[in-house]
Amino acid sequence: MESIELQINRKKVKVEVDPNTPLLWVLRDHLSLVGTKYGCGIAQCGACTVWIDGEPMRSCVLPVSAVGKSAVTTIEGLNEKAEHPVQVAWDELDVPQCGYCQAGQIMTAAALLKKNPKPSHDDIVAGMSGNICRCGTYHRIHNAVKRAAEIASTSTSTKKK
Amino acid sequence: MKTTRRSFIQKTALLSGVFSLGFDWFESKANTGVIQQMNPVLDANRFNAFLSIENTGKIILYSPNPEIGQGIKTAFPIVVAEELDVDWKQVEVRQANLDTQLFERQLTGGSGALKHSWERLRKAGATARHMLIQAAAQQWGVEASTCKTSKGFVIGPNKGQKLAYGALVDAASKLAVPAEVSYKSRADYQIIGSFVKGVDNYKVVTGKPQYGLDTQKSGMVVAQIVRPPAFGSTLVSFDAAEVKKMPGIIDVVSFKNKVAVVGKSTWEVMQARKKLACTYSDTSNLESDSTHKKWFDEGMKTDKAKVERKDGDFHAAIAKVAKVIEATYECPFLSHTPMEPMNFFADVRPGSVLLAGPTQVPQSAQKAVATLLGVPENTIQVELTKMGGGFGRRLNNDYALEAAELSSIIKMPVKVMWTREDDMTGGIYRPAVRYHFKAGLNEKGEMTAFYLRGVGLNAGNSTRQDNFPVGAIDNVLIESFNYNSAITTGPWRAPITNFLASAEQSFLDEVALAAGKDPIQMRLEWLQKVKTNPVGKITYEPDRFIEVIKQVAEKAKWGKKGPNVHQGFSVYFSHLSYVAQVAEAKIVDGEAKVTHVTAVTDCGEVINRSGAENQVIGGIIDGYGHAMYSKLSFDKGVPQQKNFDTYKLIRGNEIPTVEAHFVNNGIAPTGLGEPALPPTGGAVANALFAATKKRLYRQPFAGPDNANL
Repeated sequence: MESIELQINRKKVKVEVDPNTPLLWVLRDHLSLVGTKYGCGIAQCGACTVWIDGEPMRSCVLPVSAVGKSAVTTIEGLNEKAEHPVQVAWDELDVPQCGYCQAGQIMTAAALLKKNPKPSHDDIVAGMSGNICRCGTYHRIHNAVKRAAEIASTSTSTKKK
Repeated sequence: MKTTRRSFIQKTALLSGVFSLGFDWFESKANTGVIQQMNPVLDANRFNAFLSIENTGKIILYSPNPEIGQGIKTAFPIVVAEELDVDWKQVEVRQANLDTQLFERQLTGGSGALKHSWERLRKAGATARHMLIQAAAQQWGVEASTCKTSKGFVIGPNKGQKLAYGALVDAASKLAVPAEVSYKSRADYQIIGSFVKGVDNYKVVTGKPQYGLDTQKSGMVVAQIVRPPAFGSTLVSFDAAEVKKMPGIIDVVSFKNKVAVVGKSTWEVMQARKKLACTYSDTSNLESDSTHKKWFDEGMKTDKAKVERKDGDFHAAIAKVAKVIEATYECPFLSHTPMEPMNFFADVRPGSVLLAGPTQVPQSAQKAVATLLGVPENTIQVELTKMGGGFGRRLNNDYALEAAELSSIIKMPVKVMWTREDDMTGGIYRPAVRYHFKAGLNEKGEMTAFYLRGVGLNAGNSTRQDNFPVGAIDNVLIESFNYNSAITTGPWRAPITNFLASAEQSFLDEVALAAGKDPIQMRLEWLQKVKTNPVGKITYEPDRFIEVIKQVAEKAKWGKKGPNVHQGFSVYFSHLSYVAQVAEAKIVDGEAKVTHVTAVTDCGEVINRSGAENQVIGGIIDGYGHAMYSKLSFDKGVPQQKNFDTYKLIRGNEIPTVEAHFVNNGIAPTGLGEPALPPTGGAVANALFAATKKRLYRQPFAGPDNANL
């Protein structure tokens, strides 16, 4: 057991855990942030995707001790009001079926758009192919990433005015 | 459609300004002429009722069926809201927990929810609307027939006569429930058939707790269960000394061939269970893939197969035909692999039991736990959580029973969680099946004899003996043979037909080719024959079949896409819906690839355009992905794939585009969670055959082992 300080969703928190504990279980069991999902535990499905300093990472294989001072962002920290362009697009196109994988899909998509604000269809397909959706919502996922890019570019140009 | 007073419970507001109508779900048995007495006792402080309207105007609709991703939590309230005639934005939808007094068929399975509840939902909404109109008419002193409703208001015949439902609640709740109500005409639908977004979208996109695995209760401990690694082996002994020394471990207990490791946190339990030393019995007859192959070979030859259907005389007819076509198709065991693995919470106390978690059949869980613990059913409360998929796996409550049994032993509230490996290796699979088809064609190329034998491993009757093309063929023999395997199986999305349709629709493509006929024309000829002169009993409506076939041929431009687009056709009837599909394959970099699927579905009335598209497209991707890639194999009883690194699920860079069209003919709605899946394997195999001239006989098609036997 070790006392570990983390920065999660812009807040400092302290947990007493085995330093080898994957970040996923620290979030879910110790911090009650259950939006990040367990799907496989071996970084295959992407349901557990969170951001570490803005980079998408698989929290199921990331020991909490490796997080250090990096900023962790989970689905709960993306936008509480669901106003992030990716969240807006996900709702507008009604992407979810069972919804279980979607937190990981959304975190992956939002990270993709930060790096590549105007992705081509191929960019989107490649960028999202690491996340499994057992319900088969892939078409709407791809369309929603495209739509989120449009929403983001519109709001950016509005702000510039 | 008439409704009787007995079919409703009216709950008058004890809390001022709340009007609540509870639908009598027992009334569904009226079809058989029996109307059961409704339980007259309703708890005044809890609204288990189906809809309630507050005098603030807020409308709460309770959705009783478990939500698994099929969209029922959105679809059911759409129907009620439509007949109630309110603005969808006014409505708040809540998941109802298990309540066997108020709700009937509170389950998810068989794509049957809307089929079952359509009339009940309409009646619930329409009855409340009529009573609100009545209340307004009395207040204004006008005839009810001169009033109408719009978006949550009653509007009277005279100027200024407009009242919100909320303002009428007190008066309406004192009125008698009308003996008969009329429904809206289809042309006036505002919500039904529109694009309605999922009612849980906000929770999903912001990561709110809603799934079983998210359950956290006061004093709760977590547990994982170590089960025998091989199907057919039993636990002899175990040594938990090392486990108990591990941090965070509370207890290690054994029951029914299993060892449960109980601890404070998931990760601690995951680590500790690795230290468990178990000894298992070594039985010599554990099953491997080679065992199953031997069984399939024997099952095809046995004279003990059960005759499922017989029309005419197949053996006499096949001896006289001009041409015989034969083929054998086979599929492996499949895991359901919902993204949320099995889990359940149980808190067993003297006199009361609380269960919470993802189950498609909560009432079965209640009954089974009552039997297991020897307690009355009415002392067991079941909270329904949203399910991270299920695909049939959660029709089996084994994991809920584990939680209940464990809680009763350790006397603590406990959440049992299966890891992905537990989930994939823990059983209840889609059964492996082999099919052998034989068809005889006369000189004119007409199929006069048709034979099918299904051999399944824990599959029961692996045929659907009364389904098309049966009814169109004079001489038919359909047989099934089942092996009892130690490997546990259960319904998997579109049970049996998930592969039977694929095999059959491929075989019929072979028949069409041998007969020199267009596969679509061949089906249409057969369906004409069924219409005029059906052979024996049939379970489908030929006209609805014909319509989806004609529409898909038109939408997919059948035969008109040029030499580089290779098309494959398939059509299937299941769960009372009709789905025709055309898959397209192209040669990309020297390899055949399925690029597009066009589907036309007749599921009657489309309730939610968005949800319906999701189910059809998702069903096709599910059918395509599993046909192409997935397989669970066995060595000495042990599943050889344990996680997504070796058990392949389709990913987003491997999907064809999909077009989903609906006949939307206004017939009472039928199943949609499953029917789009069965036709896909056949359409895909036929398109790939058109592209490569190579027929795919064994799933997974992308595997090394797909040739005819």
